[in-house]
Amino acid sequence: MTNEEVWKALETVKDPEIHSISIVDLGMVEQVDVRDEAVSVCLLPTFLGCPALDIIRTRVEEAVKQAGASAVTVEFLRHPPWTSDRISEAGRERLKQFGIAPPPRQMPSGAWQVACPYCGAERTVMENLFGPTACRSIFYCKQCKNPFEAMKPVLISG
Amino acid sequence: MERRDSAMSEKPIHFHPDGQEALVELLFQLADDDFLLAYRGSEWLGLAPHIEEDIAFSSISQDTMGHATMYYQLLEDLGCGSADELAHARPASARRNAVLLERANGPGHYLREPRYDWAFTVVRQYFYTQAKRVRLESLTKSSYAPLAEVAAKIQVELHYHLLHWHTWFVQLTNAPLEARTRMTKAIQDVAADFAGVLTLGAKGTEMVRWGLIDEEKVLTENTIAALAPAFAEVGLDWPMPFGMKHGNGRNGEHTPDLDEALATLSEVYRAVPHAIW
Repeated sequence: MTNEEVWKALETVKDPEIHSISIVDLGMVEQVDVRDEAVSVCLLPTFLGCPALDIIRTRVEEAVKQAGASAVTVEFLRHPPWTSDRISEAGRERLKQFGIAPPPRQMPSGAWQVACPYCGAERTVMENLFGPTACRSIFYCKQCKNPFEAMKPVLISG
Repeated sequence: MERRDSAMSEKPIHFHPDGQEALVELLFQLADDDFLLAYRGSEWLGLAPHIEEDIAFSSISQDTMGHATMYYQLLEDLGCGSADELAHARPASARRNAVLLERANGPGHYLREPRYDWAFTVVRQYFYTQAKRVRLESLTKSSYAPLAEVAAKIQVELHYHLLHWHTWFVQLTNAPLEARTRMTKAIQDVAADFAGVLTLGAKGTEMVRWGLIDEEKVLTENTIAALAPAFAEVGLDWPMPFGMKHGNGRNGEHTPDLDEALATLSEVYRAVPHAIW
């Protein structure tokens, strides 16, 4: 099995709560090692309290085995910390398809402005800093009158 | 009040095995603090003042529980027992959390007539989150590399907790009549036990000696410097001095509130010890 085949398999593993985006697009995959048919995958957890981590682990094992690996080990690394600028360009587009605005690239000091993922308008207001999961916030678009979610920027400040 | 720089310039750069006892003690403090406060936060589920707060607070509590898990995991890696066992099975006397964080949310029970105190909760969360931020900043320079890495990871998440509790703290305290009166009372109440959060306990000197964390005095001064602007913002006098009215949890002194919390949170774990989570 080649390194490339493993990455391809990982692209089929979607975020359990955002079906349009893969863990590769999210920037969660830090390292892939292939030794004979045994594969080791190192992942970065997004938020430490995220309950989806165990589901992701299981799905990675399944996907890589299905692609031909005889043994798969999945490890969550403590370092480096995952940051929201690891999300790929394609990933940012796929978030929008799901109705989630991608995270700003700068760390804001308070509330931040995002464009509506549905109509693109900038006239949006933050309704709640915390959304259905730790990594998302809830916004409202004053243009198309739709509520939507935005991914929180998680960046190392200073 | 000026912010002091880290006093750890003379610390050992690499962790020395002789410092393990102090390290284990510190990790228990960090783990138990986050664990107990996350539990108290989870008891607000369905009871928070409005639906948005219910979502936000449960998200923060879940995240805080995740932080506790990381510290218990570090303890597991050091051979102290499994993370689940450390979280669920240790008796109150072995716990190292600050007493402030174990205190019940208010009179009543979360299933039967909860008369929880939102003012107390907001002040406790805000004070603790500021102290936690200062502590994490120090821990990112810890001589024990795995702890420094975990601290850096937690630090980026804490930003949002702090924004949230600062907003509540300022808005409620600046609101007229009952809200301000209740917040003022809650501040006194939290201050009376807040020294218990800031202390490193009997092994504090050892922790500093091995370069694990800054000394208590520096952490305290930086926490005060972090909290002071909010007091200026709401026009309240500084509630000094901080006390340890209900005991020093770092040395194993606790209240019946902790027994009650542990009995509830570990009920399933004790009923089916071999269950897979």
